[in-house]
Amino acid sequence: MNTSRAAWLFITPALIILGLFFLLPVVAALILSVTDYDLYALADIRNLRFVALQNYWQLLQRPLFWSALGHTVYFVVVGVPLSLIASLGSAMLLNSPLARFKPFFRTALFAPVVTTVVAVAVIWRYLFNTKYGLVNYALDSIGMPTIDWLGDPHWAMPTIILFAVWKNFGYNMIIFMAGLQAIPGDLYEAARIDGASAFAQFRHITLPMLKPTMVMVSILTVSGYFQLFAEPYVMTEGGPLQSTTSVLYLMYEEGFKWWNLGSASAVAFILFVIMFAVTATMLRLSRQGEKA
Amino acid sequence: MSPRLAKALINGLLIGAAAIAIAPLLYMLSVSFMPQGEASALPPPILPKHPTLANYRQLFLNAGMGRYLVNSLLISTAITVVSLAFNLMAGYAFAKLEFKGRQRIFQVLLGALVIPAQVAMLPLFLLLKYMGLVNTYGAVIVPALATIFGIFLVRQYASGIPDDLMEAARIDGAGEFRIFATIVMPLLKPIMVTLAIFTFLAAWNDFMWPLIALTGQEHYTLPIALASLSREHVQDSELMMAGSVVTILPVLVLFLALQRYYLEGLLMGSVKG
Repeated sequence: MNTSRAAWLFITPALIILGLFFLLPVVAALILSVTDYDLYALADIRNLRFVALQNYWQLLQRPLFWSALGHTVYFVVVGVPLSLIASLGSAMLLNSPLARFKPFFRTALFAPVVTTVVAVAVIWRYLFNTKYGLVNYALDSIGMPTIDWLGDPHWAMPTIILFAVWKNFGYNMIIFMAGLQAIPGDLYEAARIDGASAFAQFRHITLPMLKPTMVMVSILTVSGYFQLFAEPYVMTEGGPLQSTTSVLYLMYEEGFKWWNLGSASAVAFILFVIMFAVTATMLRLSRQGEKA
Repeated sequence: MSPRLAKALINGLLIGAAAIAIAPLLYMLSVSFMPQGEASALPPPILPKHPTLANYRQLFLNAGMGRYLVNSLLISTAITVVSLAFNLMAGYAFAKLEFKGRQRIFQVLLGALVIPAQVAMLPLFLLLKYMGLVNTYGAVIVPALATIFGIFLVRQYASGIPDDLMEAARIDGAGEFRIFATIVMPLLKPIMVTLAIFTFLAAWNDFMWPLIALTGQEHYTLPIALASLSREHVQDSELMMAGSVVTILPVLVLFLALQRYYLEGLLMGSVKG
């Protein structure tokens, strides 16, 4: 039929691009991860050998892999809740009938989201400069001890988390605002008549009504935060003492600095499996909660 | 709490939050006009004493910023224009045209959405290397010419078009391509603007893939150039702030101009969960 042929013509360009440059490489990555593809194989493909699960096995024995995973999990576990609190808090402020100049505030709060990570990371590196940074100057002038933000292994990741929260909270803020606006006003009206406090209203109306939004936003943010790369690349180069080396940073170095493409593919797959397991568990837990 | 106090509290918090959000950007602008060395002093200066364009001059005359700006514009524009066409056609077909396997193919695409792009990057690099595309504009442009997210967004929007419109045209003997060009495209205009600004911003801000695929300076996009410059010029805060301004300003202006479409797209895209 004519329509069916036209339809295929319509979808073919997109399918070729996605198939050739995304789906095929994903399958190839799985194959690559069971080979010893390295600089020698890059020069001459005949040097390529099948090594079964050896890449995975060796990774699990490398302390650097575990510490990279630990730093990434730290970033996700601390960064995601902080981001969501900032997003929900600002969404509730903007949604309040008492708030003024809403369009202006919404744009201002959202602005960091559209900026380029590298460029704003450069700004933060200067703001958090140990010697000349505005942040330490402010701390010092109110009599607080100054901190070697990006130079101290204990502080580098918290600084990157602060940066990520600042950069990203506006995105989920917009989604939460839509969620808040969908809550019927009568619910709050009824609660007020019953004498419920503002906190009780938040606890028993806002949070339960927002749950579907919350589940979706948490899952998307968790999978986004697992992909930590540009921030440590620009702000700390994975340091100090590798304290901000994330899983993707490890993959990048393993693959494109040392050209161990086989082992780097194994890193990518492990990250994918972890992300999938975590987000699937979150989804399942949220559904169980609904049944109960 | 009295209503007046509540109002003061809420608006005060909003002012504080907005200040935290945009102060770093304003500070960047201010420092970018300072002469070299002024920003490395105590107390840190807030405003330039003698504003100068010297940093911008140095960036464009000595550091090749003009070239990187052109690269970024070229790559982002090419990706936006072509991927818009491909995603529109595919999204419309998945929404409105009957063909065998439609559901199944779309399910596969949706399923692939959970795979992070980085998984594909290593083999993709090898593939492009064998194709001779590494370190060309093509290495960044070609893999971005269609996105699952874009197809999904268009399909969702196009589902709302009444079938009668297309049926009537078919009875009049119009071909599918003419129907698409003259009837469907005008109706898809809002989603076209939304998808275009989304794609352009994502292409402009993209970091990891261009960093891998562009190995020579002559093809660097602004974020890659800025990252590399910032490793060389760790102490030149004023210069780096000017570089950040050049990188951020185009997308910030674009966003401010088309804000409504961007935020609508953000909400539509997030329904996928």
